Amino acid sequence: MFRNRRGAGWTALIAAAVLAAGACGTSGPAGGGAAGEIRAWTLQGDAVNKVERDGVTAFNKSGGTDVRLETFLNDPYKQKLQVAMGAPNAPDVFINWGGGHLKQYVDAGQVADLTAEFQKDPAWLNSFLPSVMKTAQLGGKYYGVPERGMQPIVLFYNKDVFAAAGALPPKTWDDVLKLVDTFKGRKITPFALAGSQGWTELMWLEYLLDRVGGPAKFQAIMNGTAGAWNDPAVLRSLTMIRQLVDRGAFGTGFGSVDYDVGGASTLFATGKAAMHLMGSWEYATQLGQNPDFVKKGRMGWVPFPAVAGGAGDPRNIVGNPTNFYSVSAKTKDKAAAVRFLKETMTSDAYVQGMIGVGEIPAIKGLEPKLRGGPDAAYSTFIYSMVSGAPEFTQSWDQALTPSVSEALLTNLQKLFLKEIDPGEFAAAMGKAK
Amino acid sequence: MRQRPGAVWAAPALAFFAVFAVAPLALVAVLSFTAWNGLGSPQWAGTANWTRMGEDAALPGSLRLSLILTAAAWCVQTPVSLLLGVWAAGRGRGRAALSAVFFVPLLMSNAAVALLWQSLLDPNFGLADLVGPLLLARDGDILGEPSRALAAVVLVVSWQFVPFHVLLYQAGARQIPEVLYDAAAIDGAGRVRRFFSITLPQLRYTVVSSTVLILVGSFTYFETILLMTGGGPGTATRVLPLHMYLTGFSAFEMGYASALAVLLVVVGTALSIVIVRTTGFASMRSRREGM
Repeated sequence: MFRNRRGAGWTALIAAAVLAAGACGTSGPAGGGAAGEIRAWTLQGDAVNKVERDGVTAFNKSGGTDVRLETFLNDPYKQKLQVAMGAPNAPDVFINWGGGHLKQYVDAGQVADLTAEFQKDPAWLNSFLPSVMKTAQLGGKYYGVPERGMQPIVLFYNKDVFAAAGALPPKTWDDVLKLVDTFKGRKITPFALAGSQGWTELMWLEYLLDRVGGPAKFQAIMNGTAGAWNDPAVLRSLTMIRQLVDRGAFGTGFGSVDYDVGGASTLFATGKAAMHLMGSWEYATQLGQNPDFVKKGRMGWVPFPAVAGGAGDPRNIVGNPTNFYSVSAKTKDKAAAVRFLKETMTSDAYVQGMIGVGEIPAIKGLEPKLRGGPDAAYSTFIYSMVSGAPEFTQSWDQALTPSVSEALLTNLQKLFLKEIDPGEFAAAMGKAK
Repeated sequence: MRQRPGAVWAAPALAFFAVFAVAPLALVAVLSFTAWNGLGSPQWAGTANWTRMGEDAALPGSLRLSLILTAAAWCVQTPVSLLLGVWAAGRGRGRAALSAVFFVPLLMSNAAVALLWQSLLDPNFGLADLVGPLLLARDGDILGEPSRALAAVVLVVSWQFVPFHVLLYQAGARQIPEVLYDAAAIDGAGRVRRFFSITLPQLRYTVVSSTVLILVGSFTYFETILLMTGGGPGTATRVLPLHMYLTGFSAFEMGYASALAVLLVVVGTALSIVIVRTTGFASMRSRREGM
């Protein structure tokens, strides 16, 4: 049985060599898309896709190059984009999160610099909120145009549960600790937490570090400054998280709870948990999953509490500033791509459509439109929160390079599970690169 | 004796094997000496990825988890599928009907299996709240508790693959000549004696095939685990293939992920060679000599 193996091995090796040589020789022309057509990649989402399609249809009617919209699911999209950008069939326009996610494509020379376009038309640049535009700015140049709504992280609370306990939503960290004890005494989990996914836990660290040490501490981490993870402010934030876990703020079973299948949101809406720290999309999630909870006004929302003696401004926010559209450096028709972004992203119909589906675009002076739109109380709260924020720190898992965020999310899960302590966390992250 | 078929007949299969197995393997081996994040072209990195294995704190843990998963999967799957397979090989409409039912998990997609079990094991809305206390998990927290998550993964993977091995054993058991049992019955051997003295020795090669498939399969398996726990909580179910996947497609360190892939191939191949050699499977000596 083994007799012929060597011969077969040689044959296979030669075949492989031939194939490998063939593979290296095929760097064909940049393909994809019919002539006179540019492809735009965006994330799937029924309501928001309809608005995007309407925008594309309106643009295509204006004549010239047509845009073709292609949609992808959120998690596979990052992988799909990474592979496609390295291959000849890259899209002309692609959605991204700005920050570190966009930076790796910029570093690889795959993203078109839009600074000159903005300089030619300062009014265009000025129509966007500056705190959000910062995320599309890398090395002083602009690489993206805000495309969807803003997604700061908000502390949601269940009004029924608070009323029954005679409690008020927290304004300070001391309030938080008192509320944890109050709700534990009533056999209610103080905070819903989808702990099977590290990014839900990351929200706590992002806000605490901003409140305790200010945005500069994360800047240092992002710049890869030596010892940034060992900063006293980072250690203090991690210790505060550990205290919350020890105090039972998240209950005991949070490690099995998942956000994507609706676990944490349902615990919160049914009153098994009193509060939920989540991105602003939680409103839309609840509206879909538990419409009565939202429509009967039983869900409340407040900014993340202040920490006494902390260096950060309590008006600061963290989260996803927005999704951006960027133009691929390889596009055959950059002029058409830029014209599409310019004519569509700030058009009245597009902005109104976005507001209609609960997305709040990062555009200045939106209050009157929001007041007339659906869910005005919530959308004006989010809008004033972002436009009044001195700093809008991007979610760390988007801002850092993929390899560091991967290590970050894993180590954070271990911290919440008490498998490692703050010192070990800082040491492990100091090594990640 | 007829002439043996020429080598040309093997060409299509060889070409297929070369394109889909050997070439990717060779490319992975080359990539393991580069640094590449999937963008641009790979940069030569020498042996950096290989020396990094020594410093990777997560590697020994995931290797250990993989070995535990493999051993546990074998211990659970082999007895269950052997007994079920032999039972299903017997006659009777009831057995045929039940065998068909047992087969169902194999027809389900990995994603469906993972999501189904994730929902069943949900402590707040699934069955885990009821079943959990029986499994010493008072609050039904099974997938979120590091020590229990791996056990849950072993059970789900076994549930998924037992039907396939039942099929192997069923086919094997049906090949055993009836005369052996008749002779044993005349000699007064009971049911248990017949199982251990006839069925088991006759199924020897089936056991070896099934064992190789279980061991190599479990060692390289990750789809259901990725969807069910994502390697968590923490790193409690981050087996070696999952460690490789997350390094490659979450952290986008294709070079190091390729080095891990080569490690997987080497260990997996070694595992199957050792089993095949030590069990005498390679010699393919007939189990029915003198019959």
